[in-house]
Amino acid sequence: MITVGEAVIRCLEKEGVELVFGYPGGAVLPVYDALHDAKIKHVLVRNEQGAVHAANGYARATGRVGVCVATSGPGATNLVTGIATAYMDSVPIVLITGQVPTVQVGTDAFQEVDITGITMPITKHNFLVKDPAVVPVVIKKAFHLARTGRPGPVLIDLPRDVTAAEIEFEYPEQVQLKGYKPTFKGHPSQIAQAAKMIYESTRPVILTGGGVISSGAAPELLKLAEIISAPVASTLMGLGGFPGDHKLSLGMAGLHGTRYANMAITNSDLLIGLGVRFADRVTGTVGKFAPKARVIHVDVDPAEIGKNVQPHLPIVGDVKQVLLTLLPLLSPREGGDWLAEVAGYKRDYPLEYTRENGLKPQYVIEKLSGVTRGEGIVVTDVGQHQMWVAQYFCFKYPRTLVTSGGLGCMGYGLPAAIGAKFGRPEKQVILVSGDGSFQMMMTELGTLAEQGLTLKIFILNNKRLGMVRQLQEFYYDKRYSAVDFSFSPDFAALAGIYGLSGYTVDTGAAFDAVVEEVLAGEGPALVNCLVEPEENVFPMVLAGKGLDEAID
Amino acid sequence: MRHTLAVLVENNPGVLARVAGLFSRRGFNIESLAVGRTENPAVSRMTIMVEADDRVLEQVIKQLRKLIEVLKVQDVTKEEHVDRELALMKVNAEPAKRAEIIQIVEIFRAHIVDIGRKTMIVEVTGDEGKVNALENALRPFGLKELVRTGKVAMLRGTRDMTTNGKEVEE
Repeated sequence: MITVGEAVIRCLEKEGVELVFGYPGGAVLPVYDALHDAKIKHVLVRNEQGAVHAANGYARATGRVGVCVATSGPGATNLVTGIATAYMDSVPIVLITGQVPTVQVGTDAFQEVDITGITMPITKHNFLVKDPAVVPVVIKKAFHLARTGRPGPVLIDLPRDVTAAEIEFEYPEQVQLKGYKPTFKGHPSQIAQAAKMIYESTRPVILTGGGVISSGAAPELLKLAEIISAPVASTLMGLGGFPGDHKLSLGMAGLHGTRYANMAITNSDLLIGLGVRFADRVTGTVGKFAPKARVIHVDVDPAEIGKNVQPHLPIVGDVKQVLLTLLPLLSPREGGDWLAEVAGYKRDYPLEYTRENGLKPQYVIEKLSGVTRGEGIVVTDVGQHQMWVAQYFCFKYPRTLVTSGGLGCMGYGLPAAIGAKFGRPEKQVILVSGDGSFQMMMTELGTLAEQGLTLKIFILNNKRLGMVRQLQEFYYDKRYSAVDFSFSPDFAALAGIYGLSGYTVDTGAAFDAVVEEVLAGEGPALVNCLVEPEENVFPMVLAGKGLDEAID
Repeated sequence: MRHTLAVLVENNPGVLARVAGLFSRRGFNIESLAVGRTENPAVSRMTIMVEADDRVLEQVIKQLRKLIEVLKVQDVTKEEHVDRELALMKVNAEPAKRAEIIQIVEIFRAHIVDIGRKTMIVEVTGDEGKVNALENALRPFGLKELVRTGKVAMLRGTRDMTTNGKEVEE
C-alpha cells in the first residue's frame, strides 16, 4: 500500500515525466511529500501562473506533455489564465491541483474553489476525484486526453483526504474512454477528392497552422508544397512548420501578415488549410477572405471545420496522416504563371520599415534572426514585439517559436521561456518581450536565477503599451488612454539584482556591439532595447477590411 | 428551425453542467432540456430542443460530440420518432366551473390528479401541440401554476440509440 500522493508521482514517472512546475500549499501536501523522494525534478516558480506557462513552453518546445502542480483555492485560480492560454493554442498539459478534503467540498472551506467548475470551458476535460482507488486510471486518462487528438490541458483536482489515503498501486497500460475516439486517418475518398481539386486548380495556396507542428507534419508539408509547387502562408501558430527561407514560403498571413501572403490568399483559386482554425486574426473579414478559392480544410477537430470558414472539402484527421495518404496520389507539377505572379507580389510588396536614427524594433528582430541563423528557440510575449518577431524572424524548424497565439496572453513569455529551456537545454533560447508584457510576470526572474538557466532576454522597450497605443492611433484618433508607463524599473539594473548580465542599448550600432557577445555568453542576460516609441506594426488590416486592403 | 437532439452521456456528476455550459457560452439557445437515466444505469439521456439554423445546428452537434462524457448525439427531428411531454397545470376551479373543466380534460385525454377547495391539478401527456392546446383551453379559467417536463423523444421501429456493443459513438 502506498499513499495516493506517492501513486501520483509513480504515475507521472510511468508517463515519462522528468520535471514538473509547481507551487505547494496545504491541500496538496501529500503530493509534495511524495515529491521529496522522487526522481522527478520539481521547479518551484514564484506564481502558479508561471508554472502553467512554463509547462506550456516546455510542451511547445518538446512536443511532450507539460505537467504542473498547485494547491487549492488561490493556487488553482492563479492557473486559470495559463490554462486558457494552453487551451486556445491546443497545448498538452496535465495540471494537478489540491482540493480541500471531500467532506469540506461545497462548504466554502478555507482555500476552497470549484476549480473543475471554473475551468470547464478552458480544459479539454477535467476531473474531481473522490475515490482514491481510481486516481491512477484518471491520471492515465488525463495524459491520453492531453496528448491525443487535438491536444489540450486536462486538470485533475484531488482532495487532500484522497491524496492522503492508501491504495494498492497499479497503473493501467491502456484506458477506454467511450466518448472519445478522435479520427486519425482522413477519409480516403475525401483525400482522393483533394488530389483532384489540387489538379483542377491553377493558383493554389497552402495555409499552415499549429496542427502541422503538433502532428509532426512539417516534412510532409514540405513535400506537398514542392510536389504541387504551391506557395505556403502560415498562421502565427504555424510559423516554423515550413522553412521561412524556402522560396515557396510567404511568411505569416493575417491582420499583420505579409502583403504577399495576403494577396496570394486573396487571389488563389484553391486554399488548402492544414491544421488551422481560420481564426479571425488570419481571415480578417470572413466574407472577403479567399473570395475566389475553393477551400480544403484538414483538421483533427471536426468542430473546427465549418466553424469560421465553410470549406468545399472537409477532411477530418491528423494532418500528418492525411498528408501521408495524399502524397502518393500526387505527381509533380510546375508552378508556372502563378508562382511568377506570387514572386511579383514578394518583389513589389516586401516587408519594410524606415531605417532612420535610433533603434528600430524591427531591426532588433532582423538582427537576432541573422545572428542566430534561425537556430534556437524564440519565445515571445504579446503585443507589437510579437508581431515583429512573426514578421522579421526567419523560422526554419517546427517548435522554434513559442508564443501565445489564441489567447494573446501578456506575461506568457518569461515563464514559457523557462519551460522551453528546461525542455531543450541544448538550444539557444531567446525571449523577446515588451516592457508591458515583461512586467506582468517578471517575478519569474527569481525562478530563472534560482535554476541557473542560460536564457537571453531582449525587451523591446517603448515605454508604453505599443499595440494598444497603435489601436488607439487608428481607431480612436490618437486619444491615448492609459498606455504610457511614466515609471518602469531600469530593466538592466533589475537584471543585475537577479544575477543576470544587464545591458541597455538605444541605437542600432549599440545593439550590434552587444548582441553577439550576449548570445555567446554563459549564463542569463537581459538587453533592454530602447526602441522608437511610436513605431507601428505594418501591414495592418483594419476592422471590416479584407486581407488585400492592408495599410502601411 | 427547431431541432430535437437525443444525447447519450455518461452518468457522471457535472455532466449536465458541461452540456448546459456549452450551450450558454457558445450562444446556443436551449428551448427545453429533459434528462434522466437510461436502460443502462451508467448512461443518461438528454433530450434537448434547440432553435438553430443548419450551420449553428452542425456546430451544436460537433461541440457536443467534443465533450468527453458525451457518448452519442443524434438529431431526431427529421427521423420517424415519437416525442412526448408531460405537464401539470393548476387551474382555478370554483365548484361551478368544475364540470366544464372536466369536459375539456376528457377531450384532451388528460387527467385530474388533485382537487383542492378552489383549484384542480390537471396532468397531460402528449406532443408539444397538444400540451399547448390544453394550456390555451384552460387559461381562461385562470392558470395558477404550470410546469412542463420538456420533450423526450425516441426513434420509431427497431432503430435504437443505445451504447451497447458497436452502437457507441464513432
